[in-house]
Amino acid sequence: MAIDSGAPKASFRLGMLIYDTRYRSYTIQIFALLLLMLVAAWLVDNTIRNLAALGKDFSFNFLWSTAGYDISQRPIAYDSTYTHTRAAVVGLLNTLILAIMSCVAATILGVIAGVLRLSNNWVVGRLMTVYIETFRNVPVLIWIIVVSAIMSESMPAPNAFRGEDATASMLLFDSIAITNRGVYVPSPLFDNSLGSYALGTLTLSLDYVLILLVIGVSIWVNQRITASATRIQEATGVRPVTWWKSLLVLFAPLIALLMFLGFHLEYPELRGFNFAGGIQMRNSLISMWIGLSIYSAAFIAENVRAGIMAISKGQTEAAFALGLQPGKTMRLVILPQALRVIIPPLISQYLNITKNTSLGLAVGYMDLRSTLGGITINQTGRELEGMLLLMLVYLTVSLIISSLMNLYNNRVKLKER
Amino acid sequence: MGDRNASYVRTEMMEPQAPPITEVGAIRWVRENLFDGVLSSVLTVLALLAIAFLLHELGPWLLNSVWNAHSLTQCREILQGEPGACWGVINDRWAQLLFGFYPSTLYWRPVLALVLLFVALAPVLFPSAPRGLIWFTLAYPFVAFWLIWGGSIWLPISVALGFGIGYATLLATSRLGLLISTIAAVVVPVLYWLLFSGDVAGGLASALPLEIRAVPSREFGGFMISIIIGVTGIALSLPLGILLALGRRSNMPLIKVIAVVFIEFIRGVPLITLLFTASLLLNYFLPPGTNFDLILRVIIMVTLFASAYMAEVIRGGLAALPRGQFEAADALGLDYWKAQRLIVMPQALKISIPGIVNTFIGLFKDTTLVVFIGLLDPIGLASAIRANSDWQGIYWELFIFIGAIFWIFCFGMSRYSMHLERRLKTDHR
Repeated sequence: MAIDSGAPKASFRLGMLIYDTRYRSYTIQIFALLLLMLVAAWLVDNTIRNLAALGKDFSFNFLWSTAGYDISQRPIAYDSTYTHTRAAVVGLLNTLILAIMSCVAATILGVIAGVLRLSNNWVVGRLMTVYIETFRNVPVLIWIIVVSAIMSESMPAPNAFRGEDATASMLLFDSIAITNRGVYVPSPLFDNSLGSYALGTLTLSLDYVLILLVIGVSIWVNQRITASATRIQEATGVRPVTWWKSLLVLFAPLIALLMFLGFHLEYPELRGFNFAGGIQMRNSLISMWIGLSIYSAAFIAENVRAGIMAISKGQTEAAFALGLQPGKTMRLVILPQALRVIIPPLISQYLNITKNTSLGLAVGYMDLRSTLGGITINQTGRELEGMLLLMLVYLTVSLIISSLMNLYNNRVKLKER
Repeated sequence: MGDRNASYVRTEMMEPQAPPITEVGAIRWVRENLFDGVLSSVLTVLALLAIAFLLHELGPWLLNSVWNAHSLTQCREILQGEPGACWGVINDRWAQLLFGFYPSTLYWRPVLALVLLFVALAPVLFPSAPRGLIWFTLAYPFVAFWLIWGGSIWLPISVALGFGIGYATLLATSRLGLLISTIAAVVVPVLYWLLFSGDVAGGLASALPLEIRAVPSREFGGFMISIIIGVTGIALSLPLGILLALGRRSNMPLIKVIAVVFIEFIRGVPLITLLFTASLLLNYFLPPGTNFDLILRVIIMVTLFASAYMAEVIRGGLAALPRGQFEAADALGLDYWKAQRLIVMPQALKISIPGIVNTFIGLFKDTTLVVFIGLLDPIGLASAIRANSDWQGIYWELFIFIGAIFWIFCFGMSRYSMHLERRLKTDHR
């Protein structure tokens, strides 16, 4: 009847730090920590000695000195008398503008190509396969340079649009001009503008603020209308007709506001040797935009295809068996499930697009890397500080995007046991 | 009842009728695959128009190709105003596009290294290759380094000796337990490399000078550079990625934090900033006076970059593995590394093959970014050729050539991964 009660209580010996799995992990971690600190100390020591040898210090004061260089594309007021910080902000805005434009275009192209590749149509399916395989397997840098070469060497010069026997013509009722100096598109103007409000060194156009405000309120009211319709439906079983209310709420205030502000478009016109008026999208922006979009769209198309194919056929059949129509089957059954598969890789494509905007260097697009990480570093000789700041900014943007992805993933995650 | 005489009842079987003409053969195929409904028909017509447009634009241009010309003006004289591709630029400069400014009398060395690469890859890629070749695979990095960079043969040999010393240490200390022997097998060779390897190489070289002409890195260029960086990065990023993935899944909080911070940092910044770090900043972090090869620095950065992505791919494979596999390995009494090597990794890596190969393809395409730090990769050479007065204004031919070569490599890799997936498929679903 004498049963040993468990293992003998061994007293602690030094050897257990190595041989006993209960303690070994502490040994390994302490060893790793020491190694890490040693390496870090070595790197910092080297850096300090190197900086001292070059007679440099480590300071970010250069950020407040005058930049002294121009930036061709300026979303906010900027000239060469502003500071390096301001130049960096302009660069960051340019990066974000390009990233958002490319994400939107790549998503549209990618969804179309992905769906078409799955279609029963033989020619279209093959064409899309060729598109996807061609663009996926060639470096994006080549596509950017090719688009840039086409834009600058094959497009007509502005003076080709001149005169009776013009060799080039504007597109879409004389509103868009594609030239070798860039693409000119109409710009929005307000006759009865409310002016702008100075916020420090930034100026905020009150017109756009008001428009955004009205759109926001409209969407909020529309959501309330839909929600109350759903409540009535749940209480009585009959859903009130709301489409005309939604239409009215969404568009009437906006149209009224635009009429009140005297909104109209200013079209680009040929004056002298170049186009004037409208918005000029420079070749650098266009090349980056098109190059990044068509390249990333090939990847997005594959994600979309994989997402749709991941939904088993039984889901469609079950939806049909319930009596749902094809449109509703797509909207209520297939899409919510396919999106769960599609969205995470889609967002990592957005992340890739954002990081790939740094290739703007190849065509002279003035993004964050070209301002803060390029000219500023070259002018001030502050490589260490500049690159550190550059990496931190990119890291912040990336972390924001990936935390959005995690938020979404947690929301749509299948609730299991 | 049955004997009523009904003259209209058939007494023999009717011959089966041929199906309607729209339901057989080519017509049926066309109807079902090309004109199945309004939308499909519209799409077909649009697609055919697009193809016709491409053929109309590209056809004459390709048909009138000029292969023998030494400048764009000569090409245009031959073409006399007709549209036509001027492949003369490839003919004229292909050696440069492949090798950069590598001495032309020594082209055989990188070519031999490439041929040997395939020999070295054989035992890794194809199970039917003779097993003994694996020793050549292990020796290949040193052989290739010596062939491409040249110089004394004793330098790569003395470096390789370090690995031998490490392995010997591992065997000699294996009685002391896994932890001690692993640490010893890392520390001893590092000490050897830092303190003795230079002397060993120098001593052997003075005793028996065996050397071929050394070629400095700045003369490298073209696809040679892409392949050197790509292949080295691929070979090094896989083991590093596995270690990082294991670190990220480790139970030890410190190891996990180190792995997570490293992976998220690398994945959060563009490769181009890392390359600039390699070219601008690395000298700050190293002892004063060190100055090592730019290509080597780029390889280090590209490897670190790819290994972070690789780690995430492999982590996905590890997460997809059922917990029972880990527990079964523990139950068998395997230690950590044995369990990883024999049970976990073979399955996890198999699951992550598509992701791993995608990372490889991405890495190979990303080698084009080295043009930004002044290395003459194919794109850099294309710009250089276009800046030359002979070939000013040419771009399609160059980019089609460069793009086609990248395409062949990347497409080949993706096809091989599909083949590998099929070969390793062991489930019978």
